[in-house]
Amino acid sequence: MTHPPYLHPDYKSTVLRAPSREPVMPRLGPDSVELTSPVFGHQELGVLDEDLTAHHAGEPLGERIIVTGRVLDGAGRPVRGTLVEVWQANAAGRYAHLGDRHPAPLDPNFTGAGRCLTDDDGRYRFVTIKPGAYPWRNHPNAWRPAHIHFSVFGTAFTQRLVTQMYFPGDPLFAHDPIMQSIPDQRDRDRLVSRFDLDTTVPEWALGYQWDIVLGDTPMEA
Amino acid sequence: MTPTAPDLAPTPSQTVGPFFGHALPYAEGPDLVPGWHPDAITIRGRVLDGAGAPIPDALVEIWQADGAGRIPSGAGGLRRDPDGFSGFGRCGTDAAGEYRFRTLKPGAIRPNASDTDASGTDASGADASGAGASGADVAGAGASGTGTSGAGAPYIAVLVFARGLLKPVRTRLYFPQDAAAHGIDPVLAAVPAERRPTLVAVAESDRTYRFDIHLQGERETVFLGI
Repeated sequence: MTHPPYLHPDYKSTVLRAPSREPVMPRLGPDSVELTSPVFGHQELGVLDEDLTAHHAGEPLGERIIVTGRVLDGAGRPVRGTLVEVWQANAAGRYAHLGDRHPAPLDPNFTGAGRCLTDDDGRYRFVTIKPGAYPWRNHPNAWRPAHIHFSVFGTAFTQRLVTQMYFPGDPLFAHDPIMQSIPDQRDRDRLVSRFDLDTTVPEWALGYQWDIVLGDTPMEA
Repeated sequence: MTPTAPDLAPTPSQTVGPFFGHALPYAEGPDLVPGWHPDAITIRGRVLDGAGAPIPDALVEIWQADGAGRIPSGAGGLRRDPDGFSGFGRCGTDAAGEYRFRTLKPGAIRPNASDTDASGTDASGADASGAGASGADVAGAGASGTGTSGAGAPYIAVLVFARGLLKPVRTRLYFPQDAAAHGIDPVLAAVPAERRPTLVAVAESDRTYRFDIHLQGERETVFLGI
């Protein structure tokens, strides 16, 4: 099983929020609304939405990076024109969110939210800064590895995916109950981006590649 | 059916976390139709945990057909036409765990109702003639509509993300006035009768419906493995 279970007690918030009953497994008719997806157009996005370093008057602090990859279906076909949304902490590990009380500095030049549509190859691309690790209160001395949150739609509502992309070689992986909630190490590795020199722009930004594979819809499974 | 290569296993899900409020919600998210729309209804409810406590950091998304059973097929999920109907809604829960949408009561999905141009008709014609000529491998296309096709009750597809949910829960909202159609709905038929009421909204007035989502516990909402 690729996905984590609902209940993973090491991640304490799952204890009262994980459904305790098995899901009902209906056979969806071909006209079911869940086999379609909302459609998004370029006119709905701002021109700067995919450059998270360009949303304010100045440049954010931190290590500028490019994150790019393809959204594919289970057969390896590109998922074109689908909405990809990202959000993340700043370079110091602080979110521009009122609820984040981590005593690290906010960056007035970084909000940390972006959107884009995939192109004809299913490719997305964001310019951002590398997020910092940050502490949380799940257990004593708990720290989240640096990550970027991703939200993807696909071609069916059944494919809707929210996940997190990590950076290669992070020493916090083994200590992170959210990443470790995924049962199989090979599947955890699917969330780790790959440093790519060809994506790296000389004298400007390091490049990371990360592909996203959406699950088959029940019609195809 | 296409075989899945080993390196094309699905990307695993991870929690939306607590800090999505500055990124995912957007101004029009809760309003699938403008406020002046004569047929606008309100759907509201709370997302609750296994102890019955409200969840203030959940994100609810809905996707649905319009009043005539047509599924929107054009762009506009994020920024609909000011007078239009988006079909898609997104709302974060507030401190009381409450979400709210202004939308239309969907009609029952009509087969091919989302096909608004002639190409849809042409495509099905081609499929039909292909099947007639050879009886070949068209079963995977799904358009043959065997078994569970056709009539059912009107519903709204619902997804909930939250801190503490490592993957979303998926469910459906049905309407109390459609009780007769519930009996022929293929998804409700798969739900044990005593749990079906968790999928039916409660009418608070003729224009307002309440749909509480219990993630866990005695009143746990039925979630769908789809």
